[in-house]
Amino acid sequence: MHETSVAPAVRHGPPTTFLRKHVFSTDHKVIGIQYYHLAFVAVVMGMVLSWLMRIHLGWTNAAIPGLQTLSPNGAPAGVMTPELYLQLMTMHATIMVFFVLTTAPFAAFGNYFLPIQTGAEDMPFPHFNMMSFWVTLTAFCVLITAFFVSDGPPLAGWTSYAPLSAIGKAAGPGQGAGQVIWATALGIFCIGQLLGSLNFISTVLDMRCKGMTLNRLPYTAWAWFITSCMGLTAFAVLMPATILLILDHVAGTSFFVPSGLVLNDQLVPHSGGSTLLWQHLFWFFGHPEVYIAIVPGLGIVSHVLVTNMRRPMLSTKAILYSMWALAFLSYMVYGHHMFVSGMNPFSSLAFSFPTLMITIPSTIVVLIWIGSLYGAKLRINSASLFALGFISMFVSGGVSGFFLAQPSIDIMLHATYFVVGHFHMVMGVAAMFGIFSGTYFWFPKMYGRMMNETLGRIHFWLTFVGTYCIFMPFHYLGWAGNVRRYAAFTDDFLKPLIPLHQFVSVAALLTGAVQLIFIYNFINSRLRGAPAPANPWEGTSLEWIMPSPPPWNNFGGKDPVVYHDADQYGVRTASGADYIMQNSPEMPLATADGD
Amino acid sequence: MATTLPPPEPEVLRLPRKPETGDTGDGGWNTLVPTDANMRAIEDRSPAPSSSAIWVGIAAICMSFAALTSALIVRQGSSTDWRHITLPSVLFLSTFVLLVSSVTLEIARRRVAAFMGGQDTRVEIPRLWFYLTLSLGLLFVVGQYMAWRHLRSQGLYLATNPNCSFFYLFTALHVLHLMGGLAGLVRVIVKLSHSTLRRSTLNATAYYWHFMGVLWVYLFLLLWMRI
Repeated sequence: MHETSVAPAVRHGPPTTFLRKHVFSTDHKVIGIQYYHLAFVAVVMGMVLSWLMRIHLGWTNAAIPGLQTLSPNGAPAGVMTPELYLQLMTMHATIMVFFVLTTAPFAAFGNYFLPIQTGAEDMPFPHFNMMSFWVTLTAFCVLITAFFVSDGPPLAGWTSYAPLSAIGKAAGPGQGAGQVIWATALGIFCIGQLLGSLNFISTVLDMRCKGMTLNRLPYTAWAWFITSCMGLTAFAVLMPATILLILDHVAGTSFFVPSGLVLNDQLVPHSGGSTLLWQHLFWFFGHPEVYIAIVPGLGIVSHVLVTNMRRPMLSTKAILYSMWALAFLSYMVYGHHMFVSGMNPFSSLAFSFPTLMITIPSTIVVLIWIGSLYGAKLRINSASLFALGFISMFVSGGVSGFFLAQPSIDIMLHATYFVVGHFHMVMGVAAMFGIFSGTYFWFPKMYGRMMNETLGRIHFWLTFVGTYCIFMPFHYLGWAGNVRRYAAFTDDFLKPLIPLHQFVSVAALLTGAVQLIFIYNFINSRLRGAPAPANPWEGTSLEWIMPSPPPWNNFGGKDPVVYHDADQYGVRTASGADYIMQNSPEMPLATADGD
Repeated sequence: MATTLPPPEPEVLRLPRKPETGDTGDGGWNTLVPTDANMRAIEDRSPAPSSSAIWVGIAAICMSFAALTSALIVRQGSSTDWRHITLPSVLFLSTFVLLVSSVTLEIARRRVAAFMGGQDTRVEIPRLWFYLTLSLGLLFVVGQYMAWRHLRSQGLYLATNPNCSFFYLFTALHVLHLMGGLAGLVRVIVKLSHSTLRRSTLNATAYYWHFMGVLWVYLFLLLWMRI
């Protein structure tokens, strides 16, 4: 008989050096915080870019102080050229979509809390995990270098439609080196996200502690798991697409450039490529990407609400099944971005139907939230306020999606500010509210200190009002025929809309300034906030059973055992608490409602 | 001498209405690592994360090549510049080499299993089969390089026509992924030499290598029929 060794589980020891602890750490919590800080830097950068764009849109001929220094060619005498406007727009969107909306709710919070919520000591492949962050950071740095090449960053937008994105320098400033840098950065980003998704999926499948059945996973763990499944398939498609784009640039291939293309009276030396091919490949990634940004928000909002409502959701399973349905349908609807691309009209019908279908799971989730909130004594705090704000933004932005889902209406609204308003609300701002909610909720656990609640509420209300002031007028502008991606509104029918643009610009600047409150609160609380207890919100999931912040090995080397799901709120217990933590063997006496 | 400890007692769960079997995770139980130099001291008590991770990785690679396949079909369907080329004959040989390498790896894997199970005492034999697999893998890479040289000698470069573009793209990306498999094989050989090889690691490497073979056969047929 052979010997059997059952040495205790240790994936990595405690970090002993500064580099191992804070820089090249394999600890999922450190990596999560690194991702969060990366998103923090990225969102500030993206917001500053949006400020510059909004100032230009409101006051087209105004000189922006310092802009000439930053971009002598793009802003002679400080006045932004249309080309620079498009370059800033491209970088704003790319930074926000990839390095904020994907990075913060999924990679940052997911890295920090997924292993903890599943009862694991760490991710199964800590070195891959560390690599995923550093690869993502590399992608960010590569992208930023586009600002420093001679022609600046690309101007083809975050969708980088071919042939504009594929024919090189002749297409405009930034379309040479800048576009190649853009594609390279995204290709690298995909590698980072694939490594991350691999870890996330393996964590949920293989690393759950004893008693942690799939049904007992908290909403957030499910959301991150579903998101990683989407990320695995979506980024695996974007990566080869970026390779093809790079080859069209540097190797002279013709994947996306059609034959006979004349530019500036010169025949472009490519032949036979398909411009639609890029759109198919991009949107097969691009639409799931919308849900990669928003599904973690659905999980965070559910998690925050159920903790603050002090009672379970009306149907946990319906929320989980709806999140799966969103993930599945997200792959079947991508063609609704291409209604006016010239593809077969029957294809439009085929893509329109699932697009309308996808509203069903979204509606189910929202109705469950509202139904669960009805009659609940919601604890109002910054986290729950931002969760409510998420619902508001998600619904407001989602309703406009009904219009865009129909090809006949979309033909008119396509490429107008209506679309800009729609996706900013349903994907951008809603996801940001999810990130804020998660930050206020988990900050005490991550940093061991409480955030200032008063500042948090002021931050919420000003941001909530401000974002509506920015993005609701976009819908009106779209109906009025205001085309997007115009750097100036010189047409007669657009001139009357300029005052509204000025209003939006003022709102954007003020709402952006309001974020300084958050930044101050974040930094000040990090340094001087009141010490956080282990379970400040009286939550049930496993992150609340450990000290704040958690030790390097999460559970102190002892694997937890789980006895309940994470929805044990509103119960009567022998101890008098209205909740039972997942690792507590205590039985509820009866629910508070007397059921 | 190996550490001998009794297996951990299962925890008694009070609340579950039915036994928690099958769908629960195993927490720290699957994190067993060798504590000494005796490979036979290792027992896989439960599937290690690499068992599922390898399938997750394979799924991602499948998605990438599915995307490229659709690109090929769309590009071919929409173009007027599609010119058929004859595949270099060395590809038939390299296909054979890669398939044989899968067989040799499988033999190696079974030999290691026999060694871990105590039916065999010679660890050198599986090591030889691993070296053979590694050599065949390298030979395959050389074969692909010769195929590229052959096309170049005919004046067919990456950008000559879309057929060539896809040929170079598919073969290069496959070789790139195969390099990962070669690295995995080297890792297995090193771990085998130090008696710290986990069966799950070996299995994951073998699955990946076999997948590389299947993927190549698919790509070869695709290129043969379409290009």
